Amino acid sequence: MNQDNHSFSLANPNPSHLNLGQKISIAVGMLGIFLILITWGGLTLPRPDIFLSITIFMMMAGSIGFGYFSYKNKIPGIKNNNVWFDSFMNRGTWGWVFGIVLTALYIFLYWAPQYLGKASGDAANTGLVALFDPLSYLLKGQKASEWFVYGTLYTVAVLGMGVKYILKYRHNRYQIVRTLSVMFFQLGFAFLLPEFLMAMKEPYYDFKNMWPLNFYFFQDWSLDSMLADSSKLGWLMLTSGFLMMFLISPILTYFYGKRWYCSWVCGCGGLAETAGDPFRHLSDKSLFAWKLERWIIYSVLVFVTITSVALIYSYSYNRQGKIMATPQDVALIVIGLMLLGIILIWALKKYTQVFTKKMLIIVTSILGFIALMSALTFVTGSSNVFIIDTYQLKFWYGLFISQAFAGVIGVGFYPLLGNRVWCRFGCPMAAILGIQQKFFSRFRITTNGGQCISCGNCSTYCEMGIDVRAYAQKGQDIVRSSCVGCGVCAAVCPRGVLRLENGSTDITERTKQLRTIHVTEDEIKIL
Amino acid sequence: MKIVIIGNGISGITAARWIRKLSDHEITVISGESDYFYSRTALMYIYMGHMRKKDTQPYENWFWEKNRIHLIRAWVENIDFNHKTLQLKKAIQVNKTKPAPPKEIKYDKLIIATGSSPNKFGWPGQDLEGVRGLYSLQDLGYMERHSKNLKRAVIVGGGLIGIEMAEMFHSRNIPVTFLVREKSYWNNVLPLEESNMINQHIIENHIDLKLNTELKEIIDDGTGKVAAIITTEGEKIECGYVGLTAGVHPNISFLKNTDLEIGRGIKVNEYLETNIKDVYAIGDCAEQKNPLEGRRAIEAIWYTGRMMGETVAYNICDKKIKYNPGIWFNSAKFFEIEYQVYGNIQANPPEHHESIYWEHSEGNKSIRIVFDKNTSETLGFNLMGIRYRHELCEKWIREKTNIEEVLQNLGAANFDPEFYTQYENDLIDIYNQKTGKNISLKKRRSFNNFFKIFSK
Ligand SMILES: Cc1cc2nc3c(=O)[nH]c(=O)nc-3n(C[C@H](O)[C@H](O)[C@H](O)COP(=O)(O)OP(=O)(O)OC[C@H]3O[C@@H](n4cnc5c(N)ncnc54)[C@H](O)[C@@H]3O)c2cc1C
Ligand code: SF4
Ligand code: SF4
Repeated sequence: MNQDNHSFSLANPNPSHLNLGQKISIAVGMLGIFLILITWGGLTLPRPDIFLSITIFMMMAGSIGFGYFSYKNKIPGIKNNNVWFDSFMNRGTWGWVFGIVLTALYIFLYWAPQYLGKASGDAANTGLVALFDPLSYLLKGQKASEWFVYGTLYTVAVLGMGVKYILKYRHNRYQIVRTLSVMFFQLGFAFLLPEFLMAMKEPYYDFKNMWPLNFYFFQDWSLDSMLADSSKLGWLMLTSGFLMMFLISPILTYFYGKRWYCSWVCGCGGLAETAGDPFRHLSDKSLFAWKLERWIIYSVLVFVTITSVALIYSYSYNRQGKIMATPQDVALIVIGLMLLGIILIWALKKYTQVFTKKMLIIVTSILGFIALMSALTFVTGSSNVFIIDTYQLKFWYGLFISQAFAGVIGVGFYPLLGNRVWCRFGCPMAAILGIQQKFFSRFRITTNGGQCISCGNCSTYCEMGIDVRAYAQKGQDIVRSSCVGCGVCAAVCPRGVLRLENGSTDITERTKQLRTIHVTEDEIKIL
Repeated sequence: MKIVIIGNGISGITAARWIRKLSDHEITVISGESDYFYSRTALMYIYMGHMRKKDTQPYENWFWEKNRIHLIRAWVENIDFNHKTLQLKKAIQVNKTKPAPPKEIKYDKLIIATGSSPNKFGWPGQDLEGVRGLYSLQDLGYMERHSKNLKRAVIVGGGLIGIEMAEMFHSRNIPVTFLVREKSYWNNVLPLEESNMINQHIIENHIDLKLNTELKEIIDDGTGKVAAIITTEGEKIECGYVGLTAGVHPNISFLKNTDLEIGRGIKVNEYLETNIKDVYAIGDCAEQKNPLEGRRAIEAIWYTGRMMGETVAYNICDKKIKYNPGIWFNSAKFFEIEYQVYGNIQANPPEHHESIYWEHSEGNKSIRIVFDKNTSETLGFNLMGIRYRHELCEKWIREKTNIEEVLQNLGAANFDPEFYTQYENDLIDIYNQKTGKNISLKKRRSFNNFFKIFSK
């Protein structure tokens, strides 16, 4: 009996031997990382230009080489053999080691950059940050900051692991195109363009980013820099920010689902899809996790909305006379927007079937609360909308959400919780896009009739922890707000059951339970 | 009413779920293999490290309790049809907080869904250590335990499970010799070209494929373990494991010598009733007394088990309905090549079957459509490495759509991911060359195109 209950999951008695090419690639990559680690330890290397080139080259060569030697002699196809036997990928020792190093990196970045070698003022950087000075001078003529180090490493990871991912999925054109896209946006929009802007003495700005993911958009320094007279492009950034939010994003999401952003453009998504790919199966698929997900992600959305409203209001309050909008104007605009929101969702409730009563009540109370607080502030003329000091709110949001959640848990815990923890549980951008995807989008994943064999590959490899199989085995199409449209479920399905689609017709009908029953009610009535 | 189901495979569990949907009857599922329903079709992925065992369980453990489906882990040894009772061996509650189940269980209605067992054909040495079929979790555990330091495995029987087993060993870098009796892999089902494509693909995966070869005997190493096999050609192949995958048969040995009417499987009518009142049989273990035209009496596949489970639930809940699996479909994956079939595709087609066949120059994708030479009705689709929509193919076949209409709209049936090359035009070129006609593709791949045609 005991043997019958064999868990099968612990060890592979036939460890997959790494080939020579893989071993060399790992050694090369590790050497690159080693240089990072010793400078992190405080060593300031001479000739950082040479060493930095070597480091970056080695890390790229390591990851690309590893991909090349892993897949070159294999027939193109799904490459998930031994995933659950590998200590790096199954939360084994190596997974923990990697998780701890990553987490440490984030902790230092956010809370102790001086130990990375960042010098304040005019003093010269040392250690790790100094290593990146040459590239920083090259791009924008300034010494490096810890964030420059981070941005560079991030981009290297997306590019190097992106190539590896493409090699892994070389039979799947959707995966190739999508990965090239995230690599392009990371390198061009997230990394190079903002640095060039800074070189031109323009504000730091990432054009593909948008509120609420770039929560800093409405912070004083950001608004100041965009509104500054010295900035020639500030207006472009402001307009682009609003256009993205209110026009481009809703339109693209309507036609293609949130994937256009989350797995084609976004930087967090870019890292998750490339460097995070080896960990995608670690996401939790339980119903409990889904419930938790909805609670947390919508709470973050409320938090960011409240904080941003407070920030905009306080900004106008503190800059009275310097900018056009008075605090009263801002309060009125907020009230207007909130009321508009309420009217919109009541109308939708009335004319479509998309909202439940519970949702309606929750949303109305939140929007109502914000409107009410703004109205009170309008009357009292206080400097804060929500009683609590705005900058306190901002501080807590930054600490808990941007740093602890998005950074430490979101990326540091890749090898433990999977690669999309932030995207799934935390990201307020994902929350908004998700609502659109669920209710106002043509995107869905369709199921191929009765072909599903309930094997579970789709659910296992869904990084968002969606139990895809639960739908597929009923022949039901999948419309879930969290789906980032990575397409991996469709790729790994051994029976060709799933397809990502944009279709204008029949979406509600096809998401009904048990669409493809083989015994129809009609037949029963006939008998 | 108390309903007891023997077997927690796809058939038994589908029946249980549907009975719960349709009624408030008391439901008990008894099964010996595992506590919870898991997907048998995913066994290979556990061994290959794609999934853990728990990932192959389609429902979370709380599901059963919540839906009042009572699970007992036990082997049924005997059924007393007169007194409507079952005798259990080593019965335990899956929910450990419940009192231990009695040795005897009463039922008002009984559903037998005990699945299959691997075939053994009386080969000398077939019961040696290291010789086994692949059907259950126990078999998988056995295979796992014997994989350590394994130098070579021999697989006997060229069907779907055989090729999966070859892929499994291959994933662990264990050399495999694959004995196939036929002159080409699975050529009793696949048409010649497709069968050849798979031969090539098997060899490309470094499997030592031996066609036209059968097992003669298995030789032991003196300690009761397998040491080698000898083929009918007289060749001796040293190996540490022999996988027997020469088909399966209904798992009903414990029902012999009862009043239950048994052929190869448990005989059932179109309502899935056996000869004994209140006793039903479904899934792999059931044998249709009067199979529908063009269908076999026993179809041991996942999909038929699922459809029978649903049908029997309606019948038990007093909504009488005949078992009707509709138009044949199936799918599989041969290493990296996916396979889908809809309708009537025969390895040795009758004279009036005409087929158009396109194959990719790299030999890993193909499309075949079969139609009736005389009436031009579309009869079936056979796909390798390309996905087609089940519902649309089914509709075309059911409505006996003219082949030319199908070809013109063929893109709408394409289910491959976005950005994939579409090959429907190549197939149409072949049709045009063959017939001297000049038809062209009107609909390409898209959901809206599919839906327009499907809902017509
Ligand atoms: C490796 C493998 C791969 C497969 N792949 C595919 C595929 O890709 N596509 C496809 O269509 N089909 C496939 N099949 C076939 C498919 O799995 C079966 O047709 C299907 O599982 C049968 O379901 P079932 O519910 O009838 O029986 P089973 O799944 O066999 O369930 C029967 C259950 O009853 C239990 N049982 C038996 N006797 C007793 C008893 N006396 N007392 C208590 N319990 C008992 C057994 O332990 C078992 O758990 C595959 C089969 C195997 C082995
Ligand atoms: S459901 Fe599929 S496409 Fe969506 S996130 Fe999960 S794996 Fe990606
Ligand atoms: S949809 Fe595909 S991968 Fe998912 S359970 Fe079904 S057959 Fe398996």
